[in-house]
Amino acid sequence: MKQVLEKLSASFEIEDIVYQRDDLTFLSAKKENLINLITHLRDIEGFSHFVLLSCVDWIEDDKFQLTYFLNKPEEKYDLGIRCMIDRKEASMDSAHHLWKQIATYQREIKEMFGVDFPGSPGVDEPFILEGWDNIPPMRRDFDTKQYSADTFFPRERPKTNDPKEYMKEQMHPGEWGEYRKEKK
Amino acid sequence: MSETKNNNKFENPHYAKREVTGPDGKQFIVDPIKDYFSDERPKVYEPNSIPVVEKFLNWARAESLWVLGFGTGCGSIEIPPLMTPRFDAFRFGIQSRPTPRQSNVFIISGYLAVKTLKRVIRSYEQMPSPKYVLALGSCTINGGMYFDSYNTINRLDHYIPVDVYVAGCMPRPEALLAAFNRLKELIKEGKGEKANEYAANFDWYKENQKKIIKDWNMPDYNW
Repeated sequence: MKQVLEKLSASFEIEDIVYQRDDLTFLSAKKENLINLITHLRDIEGFSHFVLLSCVDWIEDDKFQLTYFLNKPEEKYDLGIRCMIDRKEASMDSAHHLWKQIATYQREIKEMFGVDFPGSPGVDEPFILEGWDNIPPMRRDFDTKQYSADTFFPRERPKTNDPKEYMKEQMHPGEWGEYRKEKK
Repeated sequence: MSETKNNNKFENPHYAKREVTGPDGKQFIVDPIKDYFSDERPKVYEPNSIPVVEKFLNWARAESLWVLGFGTGCGSIEIPPLMTPRFDAFRFGIQSRPTPRQSNVFIISGYLAVKTLKRVIRSYEQMPSPKYVLALGSCTINGGMYFDSYNTINRLDHYIPVDVYVAGCMPRPEALLAAFNRLKELIKEGKGEKANEYAANFDWYKENQKKIIKDWNMPDYNW
């Protein structure tokens, strides 16, 4: 597999190849080359099984990271292909023509992160959130606790006390410090 | 580019109000939405004026509990052992039915996503009165471990009235059986009046429901 990836790295501008395990490798590709690369891997190198597509929000770098996981059934070999895209007006080429099920992943990522996949079937329809009118909830600048407090009528929590302070005041007024000194 | 499908069936022209000519040549108006739903508000039912009769009716209601087979969260996995030989809820006269039209107990089994809440409200309103709600788990009480989630509600009693809460995460089937017995006691004492409470505070409940469900595309009351 090493030879295959090194051969491909020149033509597809692959970077940062990490051989994490005997059967797992990560690599980074550029946005322009990514669809060509996974098409090549599927049709010629035998990575015929699509495992998953996930998204990570790197808010400090102003980037989204898309990770395409492919699997080669003959060798039981996993390949994770990372791709960094701009966070502002994020969009990526759709890959639903390679594997049909990618359309569902892309629809979910559109809803949860706001990464657009133009041309993917049903990508603009609501997936889980019906009638969502805020910024996509899995983005890290979305304050989920504040949203929940503003929206869902939170129940007032009962008052709690710090056990040590409470015991000091209520159960042993005055004695507590002396007791600690004696112990020492 | 493909056309975007119109998923809202209340805006779909197939369901629009229209004039149709029948086979006998007569013209009549067809309004499919009105055929399926009613906009009429729920009513408060007065108890029977004779106390003995009301007591008898409450006894009969308490012994006739039919559970709607609707699992909302992780708690729905507690229902199969409850109904089957190990815990056997049938010995208390409790059975499940597949449709809201034939049941009068709604078990909200755990967390409720906003998307599910919409279906829960429709099912609850379709159930015949008097109807009762059991709320399982801490999620229905104060949000539980999902208290800060963007998509799960915190307090169920703001959207539909709750008769009995069962605390725990998750409550065991024994706790559910105890809740059923508590519900029977409440009904026999004449305190199972939450359906009437829903009708009386209908505007407040609708306001809360519409605050959460932003794409409200159904009639205000559907039964």
